[in-house]
Amino acid sequence: MKLLRDTWLMFGRYFYIFISNPIWVIIGVIQPVLYLLLFAPLLKSIAHMPGFPPGGAYNVFVPGLLIQLGLFGASGVGFGLIDELRSGVIERFRVTPVSRLALLLGRAGRDLLTLLIQSLILLALAVPFGLKPTLTGVVIMLGLVALIGLGMSSIAYAVALALKDENSYAPLVFTISLPLLLLSGVLLPLKPLAPQWLQDIGQANPLYYAVNAARDLFNGRGGSPEVLEGLLIMAALAVVGVAIGARQFARAIA
Amino acid sequence: MIHTRKLRRTFRGRRSTVEAVAGVDLDVAGGQTFGFLGPNGAGKTTTLRMLSTLLPVTSGEATVAGCDLLREPARVRQRIGYVSQEGSSYSEVTGRRELVIQGRLYGMSGGAADRRAAELLETLELTDCGDRKTKTYSGGQKRRLDVGIGLMHLPQLLFLDEPTTGLDPQSRARMWDEVRRLRQSGTTVFLTTHYLEEADALCDRIAIIDHGKIVAEGTPEELKREIAGDVVLVGPEGPPEHARDILKGQDFIRELTEEDGALRLYVDRGETAMPQIIRLLDGAGVTLSALSLHRPSLDDVFFRQTGRSLRETAP
Repeated sequence: MKLLRDTWLMFGRYFYIFISNPIWVIIGVIQPVLYLLLFAPLLKSIAHMPGFPPGGAYNVFVPGLLIQLGLFGASGVGFGLIDELRSGVIERFRVTPVSRLALLLGRAGRDLLTLLIQSLILLALAVPFGLKPTLTGVVIMLGLVALIGLGMSSIAYAVALALKDENSYAPLVFTISLPLLLLSGVLLPLKPLAPQWLQDIGQANPLYYAVNAARDLFNGRGGSPEVLEGLLIMAALAVVGVAIGARQFARAIA
Repeated sequence: MIHTRKLRRTFRGRRSTVEAVAGVDLDVAGGQTFGFLGPNGAGKTTTLRMLSTLLPVTSGEATVAGCDLLREPARVRQRIGYVSQEGSSYSEVTGRRELVIQGRLYGMSGGAADRRAAELLETLELTDCGDRKTKTYSGGQKRRLDVGIGLMHLPQLLFLDEPTTGLDPQSRARMWDEVRRLRQSGTTVFLTTHYLEEADALCDRIAIIDHGKIVAEGTPEELKREIAGDVVLVGPEGPPEHARDILKGQDFIRELTEEDGALRLYVDRGETAMPQIIRLLDGAGVTLSALSLHRPSLDDVFFRQTGRSLRETAP
């Protein structure tokens, strides 16, 4: 039907642009890789201390890195859209009968592909350092990252369409991303390391549940209720994000 | 093809409310090239964006390409093409790809879109650069590509927003040819411009818009004749008093002024006035050393309606 065809057409367009400039995939993955290479080794010496969750430094740290990848990768996509807005392309598409949802999903598809490749790179690099993943763990983990990517990209697009300018978009996105990141327990787990007041704030952050789910998945606790909780919350985030994003694509760009 | 009644668009800002389009009535017949002429900020682009479904209408009604603009915007989109002032292509994509995806978004099959894209690339003289990314294109090439993108699905009605603004004379001439070609093929073209010569040269009918309202409408000839008339400069040999006395009472002459030993006559139709003037002066024995006819311009029309010269307001 029309939505599928339009989404496929738009995805094809963005895939082609992606292929002609694959360097951005590497650039996006550099930050988490640096954390992996330069920060994670420090965790090895404290991993045996009481209070640190079981599983080994990398099995505790790398899931958080993947979530971080999803978050920062998603917020970055807004810049590409602002560039397109400036070129007049979005307006041109809006005069055609193309589905507004397809305008969003075609781009999001490309973003998810990027995220997938980056996640695999990260995982591949982490294995020689001591990460011991299970296959199902990785698969479900990628699904979780995909949901985060979809939700956060869509929201990033909605913000980009509302602000229309990098100088407003950049500070807003970075100011929001950092507390979201820190309050989700990505670098070090909030439970049990953080004081109670910090743990309480963290529980209001949807990403907190994603990180918990990710850690369970990588440490043989794939059947835990936290995994299901994380997946459901991220799925809800994705749905809300897509709804907001599609609505923005439909509104006038006055 | 286009009918609007009391079309209005208001922008509500933080501090003020701007009425960009303040009640516009339009009637554009199919197959016409219709021009919207006015200075920057007059409301041309806003009207265009409303008619092409990009901007919601604040009030009023409109029918575009046979469909109700407010109730059936999706059907309107199927039938129209729109070429904006800013540009329609993305820097990282080739011209050919931009054309093809445009066609496919309107439902064309891959093969049909490829063929049509090749055809347009040739007509618009873009075959050489068709497979290069549009960031390598010149301004004129980008504009031609934009028009091609608007034409991929063979729309009945094409909106062109300031098609030649910022183009060099050669590119402008090419663009004018393209608009004339469209007219020949029966496409209705609605263009906006602030260039008088452009409206004059290309349009069957013109509406002059200022501050969101239409101040004059008609064919270029009607507008110029009705409002400004022609100017005939008569340079008699010797002092002009004799010639002046002969011509003063003539009823085909609206106004007569003296200027540096010559007479400036405002007449309705210069081409019929000139033989009469020659006959009258000849009959009275007045010898003419110079006689010239100045056609009125749309600037005169604009000036009469708004008190400002269009040329002064152009960028």
